[in-house]
Amino acid sequence: MAELVLFIVFGIIAVVGGLAMVLHPNPVHGALGLMATMLSLAVFYVVNSGHFIAAVQVVVYAGAVMTLFLFVIMLIGVDKSENLEERLPLQRQLAIGLGVAFLVMIALIGGNAWITAPQAATEPNGSVEAIADLLFTEWLLPFEVTTLLLIIASVGAVALAQFDPRKREEEE
Amino acid sequence: MEVTAGWYLALGALLFVIGASGMLLRRNALVMFMSIELMLNAVNLTFVAIGRHVGDLNGQVAVFFVMVVAAAEVVVGLAIMIAVFRRRASASVDDLAMLKG
Repeated sequence: MAELVLFIVFGIIAVVGGLAMVLHPNPVHGALGLMATMLSLAVFYVVNSGHFIAAVQVVVYAGAVMTLFLFVIMLIGVDKSENLEERLPLQRQLAIGLGVAFLVMIALIGGNAWITAPQAATEPNGSVEAIADLLFTEWLLPFEVTTLLLIIASVGAVALAQFDPRKREEEE
Repeated sequence: MEVTAGWYLALGALLFVIGASGMLLRRNALVMFMSIELMLNAVNLTFVAIGRHVGDLNGQVAVFFVMVVAAAEVVVGLAIMIAVFRRRASASVDDLAMLKG
């Protein structure tokens, strides 16, 4: 019963946050809507016994990633309401039509083969120890590769941030 | 009424469709980027819900890796956006038509 109430309340918050992100003309309000969605997803992770993942979701996603987004929105000064007028003919109708068609397709496929596996007797243990155990045994190589990915990302960000058109023209 | 994994899958599908629609409807590069994040989050929810249903922890490890990749992607993507903004002073993808023949 408690899970049903949690699902309804935070499900509504998640969907409304997502819709606000897509429909609100001001990107700052959109970012806050997405933050609400991410926090309610963290609640769902806790309900689904993913305690560590829920903490990472709050710290990394709702914390770091969304703060970075808000920072960039403020930095490049698009924190004003933008004009949502569509310049291409039929683009908006087509986009909404495709979205609805996609949802109907997922619902049809899901209606046929939603979940065939039987419900497990025990819930997974989503504690830090259990995740670390898997991460440092079975998933060790992918985990090491992510370090390479993060180094590439930080070097790439530094290289892109240093780009200065005037300086470059002088060099050429 | 019991909340089964199917409920979470339905919510994940709905959030994914909202993200995909945002990608198609909006022209602000930052909002399009946030739509991608919403789609990644929707898929993460399905991973965790199915992982609980089959009693397997590997779904949560997969979510962990998705988060790492998404964080790296955000860093590079926002750096590109700032680099583009310095040249064009606009966040709209409609203005980026330099490569048009």
